[in-house]
Amino acid sequence: MNGPDINIVIGGEAGQGLVTVGDTLSRALTRAGYEIVVTQDYMSRIRGGHNTFAIRTGPDPVSAPTVDIDILVALDQESVDLHAGQLTARGLIVAGDDLRLPDAPCLRVPYRRLAPKPLYDNVAALGVLGSAVCNDLSILERLVSEAFEKKGPEVVEANLSVLRAAYAWVREQEHPFACMPPAPADAGPRIMLNGNEAIALGALAGGCDFLSFYPMTPGTSVALALIDKGRETGLVAEQAEDEIAAVNMALGAAYAGARAIVSTSGGGFALMCEGVSLAGMLELPVVIVVAQRPGPATGLPTRSEQADLNLVLYAGHGEFPRAVFAPGGVEDCFYLTHRAFELAERYQSPAFVLTDQFLADSYRSVAPFDLDALPEPPEHLLRPEEGRAYKRYRITEDGVSPRAIPGFSEALVVSDSDEHTEDGKLTEDLSVRTAMQDKRLRKGYGLIEEAVPPDYYGPDRPDLLLVCWGSTLGAALETLRRLEGRRTRAAVLHFRQVWPLNGRQFLPFLEEAARVVMVEGNSTGQLAALIRQETGFLIDNLILRYDGLPFTAAFILAGLGSLDA
Amino acid sequence: MVGMEDYGQFETAWCPGCGNHAILKAVKKALAGLGLAPHEVLLVTGIGQAAKAPLYMNCNMFTGLHGRSLPAATGARLANPGLTVIAESGDGCSYGEGGNHFLAALRRNVNITLLAHDNQVYGLTKGQASPTTMQGMKTKAQPFGQPSLAFNPVAVAAAMRAGFVARGFSGEIEHLAGLIQEAVRHPGFALVDILQPCVSFNKLNTFSWYKERVYRLGPEHDPTDFAQAMSKAQEFGERIPIGVIARNDRPPFEAGVPGLARGPLAARSLDRDALRRIVESYA
Repeated sequence: MNGPDINIVIGGEAGQGLVTVGDTLSRALTRAGYEIVVTQDYMSRIRGGHNTFAIRTGPDPVSAPTVDIDILVALDQESVDLHAGQLTARGLIVAGDDLRLPDAPCLRVPYRRLAPKPLYDNVAALGVLGSAVCNDLSILERLVSEAFEKKGPEVVEANLSVLRAAYAWVREQEHPFACMPPAPADAGPRIMLNGNEAIALGALAGGCDFLSFYPMTPGTSVALALIDKGRETGLVAEQAEDEIAAVNMALGAAYAGARAIVSTSGGGFALMCEGVSLAGMLELPVVIVVAQRPGPATGLPTRSEQADLNLVLYAGHGEFPRAVFAPGGVEDCFYLTHRAFELAERYQSPAFVLTDQFLADSYRSVAPFDLDALPEPPEHLLRPEEGRAYKRYRITEDGVSPRAIPGFSEALVVSDSDEHTEDGKLTEDLSVRTAMQDKRLRKGYGLIEEAVPPDYYGPDRPDLLLVCWGSTLGAALETLRRLEGRRTRAAVLHFRQVWPLNGRQFLPFLEEAARVVMVEGNSTGQLAALIRQETGFLIDNLILRYDGLPFTAAFILAGLGSLDA
Repeated sequence: MVGMEDYGQFETAWCPGCGNHAILKAVKKALAGLGLAPHEVLLVTGIGQAAKAPLYMNCNMFTGLHGRSLPAATGARLANPGLTVIAESGDGCSYGEGGNHFLAALRRNVNITLLAHDNQVYGLTKGQASPTTMQGMKTKAQPFGQPSLAFNPVAVAAAMRAGFVARGFSGEIEHLAGLIQEAVRHPGFALVDILQPCVSFNKLNTFSWYKERVYRLGPEHDPTDFAQAMSKAQEFGERIPIGVIARNDRPPFEAGVPGLARGPLAARSLDRDALRRIVESYA
């Protein structure tokens, strides 16, 4: 389809630099004021294989990836062979003069003439692409200078001359690709970051000062962004020996007053489950990021899925309250992670940010986060009034006991993973057990009251209500736009928090829609089942995707078509 | 002045004659001797009879999961370097379930002390072999004799150039209290492996069995000499040395964490200017 937005796909082997080109072009587009949605598709290997970096961009908000390609930048033959069929009517192939190309408009880039060495091919490709979409040369020049600054003025100059030559070369070529429509002049300052980076910033804004993790794709980049940016805030970080250590280290730190985070993916989280249960019993705040990828077991390590909702929901033995957030986009990643820290701290409970590979790796251009609008992190109780008589697990009406931090006063902070008395010591008094369990569960009522309500988009009483959660939001919203003007009046209900569910917040929307369709990235409809369990409302129309790729509007529309058939 | 009475007196659920009673006394004595008040001390434990030790004294306490005392202790210590952090648990917890954490702690060298009550058997689950059970010992779960070789924590720690490696014996409370004090003072990870009889389930390594074999290392042993340390660490059988087996001044983990210079995490406030700069770095 020919909209104001275009889809640029850079394809090649891992190690060819496609991420560098894609990343720099995305940032150039962001600085020029365009919207972007980046989708990275990569294989579980360090070099070789077939990877793509797709940038969907335009002057108006774009929300999801698409399959159609307007510009295909092929760094290898496989990219041509695999993706030439996806080119739109205005589609263009950009490739080196050594590749076999189909009968389609193309720009054959003479890399050897434009760049002195293959080392500079990435910058040449950037110049060609920037020129093809009419990006401002000065923005590209600035980005290239920033990238090579550390290597000295000669390296910067060498790269700039390749950039300029490539940019100028395109101007002399005839190609059918029209410039992108201008970006809105009043876009204001924009930043570019992916979901995991936004989670890391949300954590820092939430007061996060401790990180422990064991690397696992696609959860690792949250830790890497935190380690990188947390230098400035004094964050203490440690790569643990395993996920079990990571979560227990975070709990030890939280006990001593840290605001702790751990980030992982399904398999690593499976190992953390006992620690999650410990957080429930010791009533310690910890934020756990679970970046979903397809399972079971190792599944598709670098692809996307939304199938760990049940795992996160029921992780840990025994019963205890928790909150589970599911960001729909990069802004959500920031604000909901901040929210997770706030709730974890106030309710002394584990809180989860459930994201997925697609959102983790998806760059977006967004307005800088409004730090002044965020509430201050809750203050620590360092010196309880009771002094030595302090009781860590005092039974209270709302279930929340004042949590003192050890070492700051004469109060002793006593925590036991066994059932315990108000002063934290092991007990086998079964009436105390009941009272303590009731106390812990009372915190859950507060969490229900404070649940972030789902967002509703579209007209009241629609013919069709698409229900989704997490990163599926963008594709659902685009579906909504594509259905505009048709006879079907459609709406979207998006869950940004998937636990606890407060039926009063959303049941009327479900009941008023003529038809409700659940769209989620798993093979069994986990949120649909959860909604039925919690509210009795049955959603029996499901559009499910579990091939490892993110939802697109086309996928949802096709799904709606088969529901009708 | 801090005295042993500040750490309280509690009724325990341990068997009469259990080595844990003596170890508890040695811990209290050591802490009082160091002049540490109960609120300055954090005891982190795993699961097992030994892990119940902090229940029987006044101090900050984090009783966690089986095998996980070291990661939790590490987290607590990094969050507040002002706390004296001691991990205390049994041989099954410290070297079996927590084996990977033991190895990581040796490498990491965070300033914590591990007191491992080593009775060479799982007591709380009624007598199965533990990682330090001697090869060939028969139990209900190993009726043909424990087929695996016993784990030697002291030798492994010494081989990893751990800063402080000691072996104590619950039958020598004064000596043990001294070792614990030295371990706590050591700036880095310190191991005190404490031999103790399990009167209910270990019929081989009894009090008299230990008493016949255990001897104190004298001044002729130089724990800073790696070869000597490794040699003493291997000695276990007819004669069992107790005392400081190995020692060196490897810099603690904390020295390499610049964020810790800003003081305990709990006492910090949000640096909004830094946050603003970080957000702007994504332009």
